Amino acid sequence: MALATAETKTSLDFGPAVALACRECGTRYDLGPLFACAECFGPLEVAYTWNSPEGDAAPVTRRQIEAGPADIWRYRALLPVPADVASKPNLAPGWTKLVPARNLARELGMRSLHVKDDSGNPTHSFKDRVVAIALEAARNFGFHTLSCSSTGNLAGAVTAAAARAGLDACVFIPSNLEEAKIVMASVFGGRLVGIEGSYDDVNRFCSELIGDPMSDRWGFVNVNLRPYYAEGSKTLSYEIAEQLGWRIPDQIVVPVASGSQLTKIDKGFKELIRLGLVDDKPYKIFGAQAEGCSPVSTAYKAGHDTVRPVKPNTIAKSLAIGNPADGPYVLDIARRTGGAVEDVTDAEVVDAIRLLARTEGIFAETAGGVTVGVLRKLLVGGALDPDAETVVLNTGDGLKTLDAVSSEARPTAVIRPSLSAFRAAVAENS
Amino acid sequence: MSVSVRIPTILRTYTDGASEVNGEGATLREVFQKLESDYPGIGARILDETGKIRRFVNVYVGEEDVRFAEGLDTPTPDGAQISVIPAVAGG
Repeated sequence: MALATAETKTSLDFGPAVALACRECGTRYDLGPLFACAECFGPLEVAYTWNSPEGDAAPVTRRQIEAGPADIWRYRALLPVPADVASKPNLAPGWTKLVPARNLARELGMRSLHVKDDSGNPTHSFKDRVVAIALEAARNFGFHTLSCSSTGNLAGAVTAAAARAGLDACVFIPSNLEEAKIVMASVFGGRLVGIEGSYDDVNRFCSELIGDPMSDRWGFVNVNLRPYYAEGSKTLSYEIAEQLGWRIPDQIVVPVASGSQLTKIDKGFKELIRLGLVDDKPYKIFGAQAEGCSPVSTAYKAGHDTVRPVKPNTIAKSLAIGNPADGPYVLDIARRTGGAVEDVTDAEVVDAIRLLARTEGIFAETAGGVTVGVLRKLLVGGALDPDAETVVLNTGDGLKTLDAVSSEARPTAVIRPSLSAFRAAVAENS
Repeated sequence: MSVSVRIPTILRTYTDGASEVNGEGATLREVFQKLESDYPGIGARILDETGKIRRFVNVYVGEEDVRFAEGLDTPTPDGAQISVIPAVAGG
């Protein structure tokens, strides 16, 4: 028996999903609110009709996808959701802009660079993608409350999705988060609980709460619904490939917190190739961390295949996971694809936020500063090819992390409303 | 040293459903050895074939992740609470 928190309903509809399988040892389980393998504690992943040896090789065509809605449900045939998912109340996230970043490319000496700007999601971060899938799983299992441990963005995505769906919400965050993330998580209703400690303390707390009767019929999106939730990140790779004209980029730079998103982006590209929706080609995946929480890049540089946890200390709080559960997989993928994992200082993060804003009109949160900062560092170091087609992710909105830049992003001048005052100010600042 | 060990749902089949059991030992290693003798089979779920804590298991003595302490050699003082928790990605 794998770790479960509720009786599995007999009439589940997860569309093409047929089972859960352990990523480590391959043991299979019936679809249920499970997340850890009973044999080895390894993470469970969704298995589909179309990725089994006897499965359908082509469950969907490019044309069918292109005729779908302008959100993640255009890929529903590749996700653990029922066929009618789009008709149920949800935030319909995704299909965010892939911005050709010509000015930034020119400044960095690159030939082709795009920014996948996921701040365009309903609650302004990529988390709406994963929560939308978890919400469907919660409905399937008959849960009445959506919950999570969060570094901030996820909490807002969960409370908003619960509000739209008419479910209760109870979410847990480190109590010292950025003000905007606290407000964002609270305004949609439900209960928001600040935990005195780091994200890793919050995560541990939720892992213990999940076995307690207090959380009966709760769906913790990133714990007992995690196999479903994590699949939502695949839609980033599906969209990037489709928006490039059904082509996988040569290089992609992805932020690394728990590492789940990066592993699912890799999985998404592999699926597109396997299903014949894109041509098979090599691609390199690069992971980006902040120096103050860089357990994966430290392990990468040291040549290790395991990750030693750290106590985070960085302004990139949405990436401040000191004990990243998918860290070893990030190392595997970076090495397998010829990528790398790199980190930047908080000062470099702020500088990169301003660089992206100044060149492309995109205001990224600190996590976006991390990816752009690492992009620049990898170019300087020669690990990234400036002539190859490259995509960098911005996973959240700068309005949520104003403190990071508020001391530097100030008015040029404050003047009386007169032409002479303006003339003097212009002269002073030119 | 007498300690208490919180058992995750995934391992409660070994403890007749108990979420917390008593343990003994001056170090985490000794506590796990006693746990295995009391509940045969549970040790192999927490530790791998080489005797190390499995990659996807987190173990805490009190509030401290033992990976920050001395791993299996972490002291377990009288009355300590030990928690065994599956690792979960999130954020």
